[in-house]
Amino acid sequence: MKKFINKILKNIFKKKKHVKLGLYGPPNGGKTTLANRICQDWLGEDMGSVSNIAHETREIQIKEQINIKSKGKELSFNLVDTPGIATKIDFEDFIKAGLKETEAKKRAKEATKGVIDSIKWLDDMDCVIVVLDSTKDPYSQVNITIIGNLAARDIPVLIVGNKTDLKKSNLKKIQAAYPQYGVIGISAKYGKNVDKFYESLFAIAA
Amino acid sequence: MALTLQFIPYNEIEELGSARRVKKLLDIAKENKIILLEGRLKKEEETDLIAITMEEIDAKFKGIELAVINPSSKDKTLFRRIKGNFVSLMLGNRVGFTIIGPATVVKEIKKNPDKIELFTKEVKKKKKK
Repeated sequence: MKKFINKILKNIFKKKKHVKLGLYGPPNGGKTTLANRICQDWLGEDMGSVSNIAHETREIQIKEQINIKSKGKELSFNLVDTPGIATKIDFEDFIKAGLKETEAKKRAKEATKGVIDSIKWLDDMDCVIVVLDSTKDPYSQVNITIIGNLAARDIPVLIVGNKTDLKKSNLKKIQAAYPQYGVIGISAKYGKNVDKFYESLFAIAA
Repeated sequence: MALTLQFIPYNEIEELGSARRVKKLLDIAKENKIILLEGRLKKEEETDLIAITMEEIDAKFKGIELAVINPSSKDKTLFRRIKGNFVSLMLGNRVGFTIIGPATVVKEIKKNPDKIELFTKEVKKKKKK
């Protein structure tokens, strides 16, 4: 009887909670640019800072209660922007990108912690947008590991091929690499194809 | 610079728990050896490997390059997929290969369905005066 009551209570609260929508992917794929695009479109404010230097986002960022509308439907979610997942971090790469040694070492240390946090948060997500740079190789093991882990956890996934405004962008390569997933090409920076992105978001999160 | 490639048969890690598997592989990578593991880790072990790699990064160890080659992933027909699933069921995670290289040695592993390319880092030689 106690178990039964607990189950009912759990279901009630489960239905009331907001969907946690995570942005995952390798560093510099454009997760925060997309987060900013979503927040600007529906809240009129940015979510985080962006940079050409990798690992700009080193802490989990959450924006609560975002309500989006598309074709008469409404969706409410908490947006979780995560640090990029990488298998290696070298402070010397940050020095090459123009940072001073102390700053580079600090950034590297924070970036390693960020990767660990991103992995820890995987279990908390209700659905995930995997943001890939469409100019880069989609077969990297980090991408495969992230997507494979989400599949193993039964978390719905939408793959976004970002940076379609760039000449080198190759969306077909991403679609060929992950044929079992919905892949949508966008330019988060310029807002290209974001309407289609919101429609696809409803398909996985609603 | 000579590269050391260490082959690890699956039965060497089969009996180990997840944490010990990951530690064993990481310890070898930290010795600047490239690991060729028969089979693959579980999905959760792959993320554990990344997370523990991050914890271990210091002035000498910069992380790893990782690639998993799974021949069954190319199978597209239903029969081949069923056959692949049956083989996976029988052999566990023995199917395929996993390459793990220390980032100080391996610059990049490029993978597409047909080939694997492993790029090593160039070592700058000091000029003798």
